[in-house]
Order: sequence, then structure tokens, then C-alpha cells
Amino acid sequence: MLVNPIKRGYLTLESWFNISFGTEWNPLYHLGTLSFFLFWVILVSGIYLFIPFHGSLEGAYQSVEYITHDQWYAAGVMRSLHRYASDAVVITILLHMFKEFASGRYLGFRWFSWVTGVPTLWVIVTLGITGYWLVWDELAQYVAIGSARLMDAFRIFSGAMTRNFVAGEMTDRFFILIEFLHLLGQPLLLLFMLWIHVKRLSNVEINPPRGLAIGTFIALLALSLIEPAVSHAPADLSLMPQVLNIDWFYLNVYPLLDHWTEGQTWILTTGVTFVLMLLPWLLPRKEGSKAVVDLDNCNGCGLCFDDCPFDAISIQARTDGARFENEVIVNPALCGACGICAGSCPASNPFRSSRGELKSGIEMPQLTVQQMRKLTNEAIAGLDGVTKILIFGCEHGLDVSRLDRSDTKSIRLICSGMLPPTLVEYALKKGADGVMVTGCRHNDCYFRFGNDWTKKRFDGERKPSLRGRADHRRIRLHGGAETDKTEIENALRAFRLELANIVPPAEIPADKMVANAQD
Amino acid sequence: MPRISNKPLRYLLQAINYTVFITLIWYFATAPSIRILDDNEAVVTIAFAHAGELREPCRKLSSEELAELAPNMRSAEKCPRERSSVTIEAMLDGQVVYSESLQPPGLFNDGGVDVYFSRKVPAGKHRFEVKMDDSVRKEGFEHTFSQDIDIKPARIMLVSFDSDQGFMIK
Repeated sequence: MLVNPIKRGYLTLESWFNISFGTEWNPLYHLGTLSFFLFWVILVSGIYLFIPFHGSLEGAYQSVEYITHDQWYAAGVMRSLHRYASDAVVITILLHMFKEFASGRYLGFRWFSWVTGVPTLWVIVTLGITGYWLVWDELAQYVAIGSARLMDAFRIFSGAMTRNFVAGEMTDRFFILIEFLHLLGQPLLLLFMLWIHVKRLSNVEINPPRGLAIGTFIALLALSLIEPAVSHAPADLSLMPQVLNIDWFYLNVYPLLDHWTEGQTWILTTGVTFVLMLLPWLLPRKEGSKAVVDLDNCNGCGLCFDDCPFDAISIQARTDGARFENEVIVNPALCGACGICAGSCPASNPFRSSRGELKSGIEMPQLTVQQMRKLTNEAIAGLDGVTKILIFGCEHGLDVSRLDRSDTKSIRLICSGMLPPTLVEYALKKGADGVMVTGCRHNDCYFRFGNDWTKKRFDGERKPSLRGRADHRRIRLHGGAETDKTEIENALRAFRLELANIVPPAEIPADKMVANAQD
Repeated sequence: MPRISNKPLRYLLQAINYTVFITLIWYFATAPSIRILDDNEAVVTIAFAHAGELREPCRKLSSEELAELAPNMRSAEKCPRERSSVTIEAMLDGQVVYSESLQPPGLFNDGGVDVYFSRKVPAGKHRFEVKMDDSVRKEGFEHTFSQDIDIKPARIMLVSFDSDQGFMIK
């Protein structure tokens, strides 16, 4: 199967981090939460800096010099942490965007998170810009004049803003306005934007794994001690700075103003923003049918509500007069068509009456539980060999049909999370010696929680759980991306070997067992 | 790819990754530096706010016109609000470096204009001239100013305007 080169590149980077961090701490799996953690570092260090900072034209630079040099061991470190964490958050957010883009996780129903995420980057960058302004050094002067030129391009300001930054015109009032923006206005706007950004997600995590947070903090602290953040010379509106060491994470637009007009700079920045925001519609994508509730088989237990990764399911009072208290409804606009709800429904049980049509309380029209049972029966009937393995594979991971052979058959699901645990038990009972379930890489499910919920269901930590009487030794979960064929083949080989040892020796001739296991 | 099981080696690789991360931050937080001005350059900035003259002068109302108005609206003079555009031209060593005609803002074109122009120039001695036309009722430029200047490197020479004092260099 062809994997697009951007995704392949991303997966390679991900694999590299998996070697040293493992899937638990891989920073690429926690870019969102890592960004939240960096915001905490920025917030706490910012509050500390606010205490000695003097918010006036006359006092700002001197107070920052005091912070940097006189109290270098505390406030100075805080300043550096504040600055470097701010830079780091740009990296994590850009990587976050790249990851979602490379994985196609901005298309279809995900448009909302993508579209609200792009302008959030604007809020973060402008927050950084006003932060540089507050130091009131030569860089701040450069940023202030550049910003004013950009704002003056809109006729509503009528050229008045830039005129603030000529000698003798600037007042404390303007400076205090910027201080207010940086300390309160922009952070509140950012908080609001982040809230909107995750509005269509359930079970939102905001804390990265402790080990990753500690490692990141130590790295930033080390940088703060090795290379403390310092100011340029104080701002002097009668002099033009000659050379500036600018922060390219935040101030990359300003050098453009030396070569372009303000209008051209706006066209470029807003143009890139709009193109990014329109991406979900520029590249068409076929979306699967949305989940459908069948009230005749729904008792309103709410397990699908708990498991839906996209907040598409809600619970309401029963409307069909049945004896149950509640029923669930699906909002098609929010539904990701992942099928995790079908996997969570207790009615998705293949052991239920096989005479009539098997229907679940909530189903994916493109792959119903009845169809999954039928595919399972057909696959098992087609298995031939000593150790017969049935593989359920997620369609966003490796194409499991590539692993098919006489003693190994596969069934592709929309997501590993749509696999009802009872279907695994059913497959074992119907003749499979082992069942392997492959999803996306651990902690990187295309549908957020598919492989996580599946593991918890199999481990009995989440309902509907795999029953205790099922032989757990014959079940193997293994995550892997499209590019992880070799790794999954190795896992399959190891699983086959284990199964060979589980099957009573009397049933298998010794020579066949060894040959099969090593195959 | 599976995680390395050797713990010290794993932590060493993590440390390398973190080092790459902070090196990236360290470098782009301050570099590459940009040069705003060459060593022998200075800046000329023209910045001021000014309202052009009224396009039409105020005139006294006749007694008949006053009688037509409501008692509380009877003002002796009627002043049209619309102002003239402001045309400004600056020359350095005889070369025009700035020329712009600014329309008065506002729904009734009655606002003052903000003039802002900034340009890098070679430091040293120059002949600077600036003229401004702010009235449609008078021919040519009403306000002119010229001066020999000597700007030091990195200096911003600010040219301002005041209705009473005319152009001035700060």
C-alpha cells in the first residue's frame, strides 16, 4: 500500500522518538498536552516576573535589567524560562499542526478543530510580540514600529499609531495598554480559543506524561542557565537600531517590512492563514456513514456515550415508550464514523440469536455487527493449518490483508475500537487458535481512543470487557502504522510460537509445531 | 520500532533529543541576526498630524437665512466641514524622496491627516527640503522649508510641523 511521502516522513520521525521515549513518552503523541504544559511554565514564570516588573516607559527596561542581572538566580531564570518555553510552544504547535496534516486528521468532521486551531496560532504569536514590547529595548522599539506600520495599513487607524513611536510622542498610556493586553487580554483570548479548539472532543487530556513534562522542563531550565535571555540596549526613539538578534519564532514577519509594503506583508500572512483554514475543504475526502442508533436494541446504558471520542453521542429520556429510562442519540455533524460506539455496545454480541438478523443498539451502516460476524465465520472457515490465527486490523494502520495466508486470515475494521470483545471470544470458540488485533501505534489512534479502549476492554478495565473465561493467552493486541509491516510480522511470528506452546501437544505433531512456529 | 530496553542508553538518547530541541530553540531565539541599518546610514522621518484648510471659508448668514432656521440653530456663521487634502513633498539633495497627497478622513472629509514617512539615507551632509499644500483655495505650496543637515550614523532625523511654527527638525 502506498503511504503518502509526508506521512511516511512523519512516521519515520515518530519511530525515531519511539526508540528512546517509547510510545508512552513519545513527545509526538503528546504535542497538545505538551503545549498546555508549556503554557503553565509561561504562566507561572510570567506571574513571577510581573512582581518586579515596572510597567512604564521609564521603568520597564531598568526593571528587566534588574530581573536579568541583579536577580539572575531567580527572576533571571524565570525570564529565560518564560522566553524559551514561549519559543518551545511554537515548535510543539507547529509539529502538532504538521502531525494532524500528515495523518489527514484535519479532514471531514475534524474541520472544526483544525479551523479553530489555525487562528489560535495568531493569538499565541501576537501574545509573544507584545511580550517583546514590554522589555522596551531596541528590539521592542523595532517591534513596536513594525507593528504600528502594520496596523496603520488599515485606514481605520489613519496613520496615528506609528506616529506614537517618534521621539517625544510615546506616552505611558500606550505602554500600559500593551501591558494590559499581554497580561490579561491576550491570555484570556488564548484560553477562550483553546476551549473552542477542543470543544468537539471528549475526554480531553491537558497534562503530558510526568516523565515527558519533567524532561522538557529540565531541558528548558538547562538552556535558561546556559544561555540566559538578555535584552538589547534600551530603546531610544531618536536612534535606529543597527543590528538586532530577533526571535524568529515570533518576529519572523518584521524583517519582511524592510523589503515589502505593509499591504504585501498582510496579504502573505493572512493568505497563508486562509489557505491553511480552507485545507479541510480543498482536499476532498470520502467520509464513512455515521453511526445509527437502533432503539429496539438500545437499553440506554450509555457505554457508547462514555466511549465516543468526539462527543457525538448524547443521552436523553426515552422517546419510544420502552421500559428503559434513557436512549442515546447521535449528532451526525460531530460523528467521526469510527465505530467505537458499536464496539462498546453490549448488544454487539455475536452469540446472540443467530437465526434472525443480528442487530446492535448502535451500528455502523458500512460494517454492521452482523457483517462482522459473517466475515469472522467466513475467515475462520477459510483457515487451514496447525495454528490458525484471525487478525482484526484497523484500516488506519497496516493493511492486514498483506498478512493473509492459509493459516492466517484478516478482517479490516474501521477502527480497532469497533471490535466487540465478544466477537474475539466468538472467533476463538468457532475455531481460531488465536486472535490478533492491530490498531494504530499505541497512543496514536487515528480516532483518539480506539486502541486504548480496546486494550482496556480486553484487560477488564473498561466495559464491555472481555469475559474472564476467554483464554487471554490466545489474544494479542499490537499497534502499528502502515509502515510497520515487518514489526507486525515479527509480533505475529512470536504470537504463533506462543500459541503453538499453548495448544495441547497431543493435538499437534511435534514436527509440524516447530515448522509452523518458525515459519 | 520498539523502545530500547537498556535504560541508561534510553535516557542517553532522550538527552540527545532534548539537546537537539533546546539547540533549535537557542539558535532561532536570537539568530540569525538582522541588520536594520548599515554603519554609514541614518534615517529621515517625517511625522506630524495636520488638518487641511476648510475647502470653503466660513460665511456670515443673512438675516433671511437666519430667520429660516429654528431659534436654537441660529448661528451667525456657517462653516462647511469638508477640508482640503494635504499634499506633501520632500526632497533630499534635490531628489524627491517622498510625495503624497492625503485625503482628509471622516464621513464628511473633515478630519486631520497623519503624515508618516521614514527612509534610510546615507549619514552625513545633505540638503533637505520639504513643502506642503494644505489648501485648495491657494495656488502652490503654502508651507516650505529647506535646511542643510548633517545626520550622524544611526540617527533618526525627525521632521515635524506645527501650524504656528511651520516645519521644524527635531
